[in-house]
Formats: sequence, C-alpha cells, structure tokens
Amino acid sequence: MSIFINDASKVIVQGMTGSEGTKHTRRMLASGTKVVGGVTPGKGGQVVDIDGHQLPVFNTVAEAMSATGANVSVVFVPPKFAKAAVIDAIDATMPLVVVITEGIPVHDSASFYTYAQTKGTTQIIGPNCPGLISPGKSNVGIIPADITGAGPIGLVSKSGTLTYQMMYELRDIGFSTAVGIGGDPVIGTTHIDCLRAFQDDPETTAIVMIGEIGGDAEERAAAFISEYVTKPVVGYVAGFTAPEGKTMGHAGAIVSGSSGTAQGKKDALEAAGVKVGQTPSETARLLRAIMGR
Amino acid sequence: MDLFEYQARDIFEKHGVPVLAASVATTADEAEKAAATIGGKVVVKAQVKVGGRGKAGGVKLAENPQDAREKAGAILGMDIKGHTVRTVMIAAAAPIESEYYLAILLDRSNRTFLVMASVSGGMDIEEVAHTAPEKLAKIPVSAVDGISLAKAKEIVAAAQFPADVADQVADVLLKLWDVFQGEDATLVEVNPLVKTKDGKVIALDGKVTLDDNADFRQPDHEGLVDQAAENPLEAAAKEKGLNYVKLEGEVGIIGNGAGLVMSTLDVVAYAGEKHGGVRPANFLDIGGGASAQIMADGLSIILGDKDVKSVFVNVFGGITACDAVANGIVQALELLGPKATKPIVVRLDGNNVVEGRAILAKAAHPLVEQADTMDGAANRAAELAAK
Repeated sequence: MSIFINDASKVIVQGMTGSEGTKHTRRMLASGTKVVGGVTPGKGGQVVDIDGHQLPVFNTVAEAMSATGANVSVVFVPPKFAKAAVIDAIDATMPLVVVITEGIPVHDSASFYTYAQTKGTTQIIGPNCPGLISPGKSNVGIIPADITGAGPIGLVSKSGTLTYQMMYELRDIGFSTAVGIGGDPVIGTTHIDCLRAFQDDPETTAIVMIGEIGGDAEERAAAFISEYVTKPVVGYVAGFTAPEGKTMGHAGAIVSGSSGTAQGKKDALEAAGVKVGQTPSETARLLRAIMGR
Repeated sequence: MDLFEYQARDIFEKHGVPVLAASVATTADEAEKAAATIGGKVVVKAQVKVGGRGKAGGVKLAENPQDAREKAGAILGMDIKGHTVRTVMIAAAAPIESEYYLAILLDRSNRTFLVMASVSGGMDIEEVAHTAPEKLAKIPVSAVDGISLAKAKEIVAAAQFPADVADQVADVLLKLWDVFQGEDATLVEVNPLVKTKDGKVIALDGKVTLDDNADFRQPDHEGLVDQAAENPLEAAAKEKGLNYVKLEGEVGIIGNGAGLVMSTLDVVAYAGEKHGGVRPANFLDIGGGASAQIMADGLSIILGDKDVKSVFVNVFGGITACDAVANGIVQALELLGPKATKPIVVRLDGNNVVEGRAILAKAAHPLVEQADTMDGAANRAAELAAK
C-alpha cells in the first residue's frame, strides 16, 4: 500500500511539451510511472516520442481522461497559465492534481483551491512542491526516484530538498510514500491530510513530518496528531534562525510577529508527543530509535 | 512587498477608494510647497514601513505651509525603530468624528480570504482583537466569488456600522476588493477609516502588501520597490536572479532548495554556539539547477560580503547530481580566480556523490575542503569563521 498514488496510477502531464514537462516526463517514465499522455491546449492530436514511449497530446484534461483512463495529473505549466490548467483538470473531475509549478500568484492558487473544494471531486497537491513518490510504484513530480526504495516510513514535508535529504538519511529502511506538500501560503494538501492517510495506510508504520516557518500548519498538525494518530511520528522544523519579516525562499516561509516561528511549532509538536530533531540527521536518528533500526 | 502609506494611498485613489489630497516630499522645501498647494491645515506623516510612528513623533499637524516646512524638517532623517525617514507625506487635515477599521487579507489557516471590520478603529487592532474580540467582525470571503454588493452589506451589518455610513462603507469595501484583487494584494488595510464631521467616509491611512509572484502581470509594481532601503548585496543578487537574504553573521551559506538552506542556517547557528557564537551570514538558495554560472554568481555575492569569514556550500544532489554540482564549484572558482579568498567547506550528498567528491578531491583547490555530513560541515565552517 501507499497513499494517494500506487502502481495502478495513470498519469497525464499538463505542460508535457514544454522543456520542464518533457524532462520530468522522461524521469517519471524511467522510474516506472505509468505516464499515459499529456495536455497542451492547441497541440491536441500530436504524439510525442519520449524514450520510445509514444505519448498522445490532448487539448483538454477531459479528452485525455476519456482516451487514456488517467486518474492523476501533474502540472508543469508556467505560473501565468497554471490557474487555467488546474481549473481544466478540476472541471474534468480529475481525482488528483499535483501542481509542481513555482511562483503562482496566491490569488490564483486560492481561487483554484476554493473551486476544487466547491466541486468536491479533486484533491490538489501543491503548488510549488516536488510532488510525491511511492518508491517502486509511482513517482509523480520531480523527486529523484533513485534515493531509496519501498519501506514502512511515511514522509510529509513542505520542502523539496529536505524531503530528499530525509529519504537519503533513512534510505536503508525505505518509504511507503513521501509527499512534498509545498511551501506556498495556500496549498491543496496539508500535513494533516497526509498524517490521516498515513495513519490509515496499513503499510506505513512510522511517520516523519517536516515543517518550516510561516503559517500555523504545524501547530494544527500537532493538534491532529494528539487526537488521531497512534503511529509514531518524528518531526523536524526548519527556520529557527530566520529573522522576522524576511521571506526565506518559499513564499509562505515568513515569520510575522510572534506567529509562524520555528520554536512555536517545535513546542506544539512536542506537546503532542512528537519527538523533534534539532537537525535532519538527529531527526533520522530519533526515528531509528523508535523503529529499533 | 509592503508598500509605504503614500503608495497605498495612490493605489486606493486609482481604484476609487475615497482618500484625502496628499503629496510626498523628501525635503522641507518640498513639504512647504506641497502644504501650500493643498491649502489649510495639513498633516506631516513620516513614511516608514513599521508601526508606531505616531508615538515616535513621526506624525505632526501643521497649521500652515511654514509650519509644515518646520515639521517636515524635524521628521525627515528621524530614526523610527531602525527605519530612517527619507520621505514624508503631506496630507490635508480632516475633522474626524469617528474612526473605523477595515481589512481584506489572505487567511492562510483557512486557505481563503478574510475581511476584518470594526467600528472601533484608530488604535492597534490587535489590541481590539485581544481585549474586545466581539468588536472585530471576521467574515470569510470566497476567492472565487469575491465581494459583491450583497456581501459588502453583510459585512457592514456584521460589524454594526451605523446606518448613516452603511452605504458608504459598503462602497469602500467594493473598491477595496477591487484593490485587493486587481493589484494582487495579500493585505489591504485601512486604519483608520474615518467619518468626517460632514459625514464623509475616507480612508485616512492604509497598508498594502503585494504578492511578488504576480509581478509578471503587474508591470507597475516594479516602480514601487524601495531602492534606497535595499541592501546592496540583496540588490546585486536579485539582478542575478538569486534568492538571497543578508543576515548578521559570519558564515556564508549556499544551498539548493529553500527548506534545506533554512535548515543549513539553523545547523550552522547550533554549531556556532561552540565556536564563539558565529552565525550564518546569509540565506542563499541556488535552486535545483546549480550550474557553474549560478554557483559562480552565488559565490561572488557571498565573497563580496565583508562580514563573511568562511563559506559553507551544502548541496543535496537530486535532479542535478553531485558530479554536476562539483564541476560547477570547480568552474566557479576558476571564474572567480583571485577573487575567491575565503575557506569553503563543501558537503555533497545524494545522487552521484562519490563522483562529485572525487571531482573536488582531484581539483584540490587550496580553499576547498570537504565534509561527509551536514552537521560535520557546519561545525567545520563555524570553526573556520571563528579563527
């Protein structure tokens, strides 16, 4: 098992004909992901050869779904056109839409998130995220597939490279699914959504949760862990040294006043019984101790 | 990007939000002229992006142009909580009867927009929210539907605005929504929104935060950047398209990915506790690509920071594998030549790490040393900075 994606996931790539889209389609295919086609408005009817895979291009997500049976879409469309692409996927009732694109205006992401909530048929992951991987089954997005294999750890993180780092630290144990939820102020899938799914996934036996400064998602996740999660959770929070009022790379990573500080998040997680590491390596050691590995 | 009050006022005016006549001045002379043009009593207001300027003496009433000149002369150059006053706004003075509060903002927690409204404006709204939360109405606004006239009326009723201003406040709300959406703002705040003695509702002071991600469709926003306040290193980095924030410490940091770089800053600060309290000197995320040119640009920004005593390059090889990153570092040092003067600790992990480390070992640059782990590298970089 795994969460959100598995070996039956059929993936279409929105923006497949662009340079990023093509590059990552190639990598997803190489890691065994069932990529079944792409969507680029105006290029419908073309067939693209990517490493010997003949992938049809469609004008809309609805056409792609009916022709291929796709149930996951991954979005590599530039910020300017990302909102239209996601709305297209929501209108087609695509069950899972993973938005990799960085730099989408928050009015656009708030708008497509609200629209998806209203329709109630699409789960969005991201934007500004690395996507998710269930090693050996499916890899949707840009997470390097060769860091580690399948195993019992579930990972949820706001940050891409910290996801990779943590997978690398624990590469001998392996992961059920690693989800990069993104560092933007408005994201479609939260820590809580992933924690719930990992708790309910029989193959996941322990969970790593990586947060960073800004917002109150980690505090909310801590409250959720107290009431719902019985599996062991270890945590890591980045940004203890970030000064107030400076955005640290991610649009959402900013400390304003007393809210959103790393210390506040660490305290909340520890109060919920989550062991929080001071560095990524220490966090990995905490998990090893719990798992006896 | 946070705007100055005068920039917020101009944007309000552009979208039809009622504001008072005003102009800006950077000298006492200009202030006098501006006051003469406006006529009557004026208010001289320090333009700083920090709260509490009134208490600090940064807002003064002037009786006439000569008085405005003197008041502006006193306020210009003032230091308000570390912000130097370079500009004042000269605004018409209005006889105020009541002060209200209105704001539209992004509500991250609920992933929607939110209006906050109160008839107890003027003072610190956080104080109101804390001591008398019932006086601050909070109404969610759908990012799809926005604020319609009906929604505006609902907000006005919820915040219990008096009947004689209800229509005007509803109209201001519609126009503020126009600002919020039209300008890609994440915060539009009016405090105070006032009713004057003759019954007019006017936005007296405003705060606007714009979303930098929307710059591609907001060409006017480039002109709103406060060049004077920008750190020269940050400005140079921005020109090169690098994500750089100057901090106070001594260890220069380069990494790939915002989260990993934030984590690197923390790990260096912890390591620094054992080495005389050295701290990270900057945040610099070179992103996924990490080509030689980007690495050279990043290194040259960091080596140009006189506070930097050592550099820590922390890269996890993902899509760009470690061998490519190592080649980038070697070529960057060739490009920089004698400009590279400070010790550089490199930690590579991830894809093709063995090849990457071998490339650095073979190049054997005298300034570069490698470390196996992130914690070990941080310790070494802190140690070198403390020397």
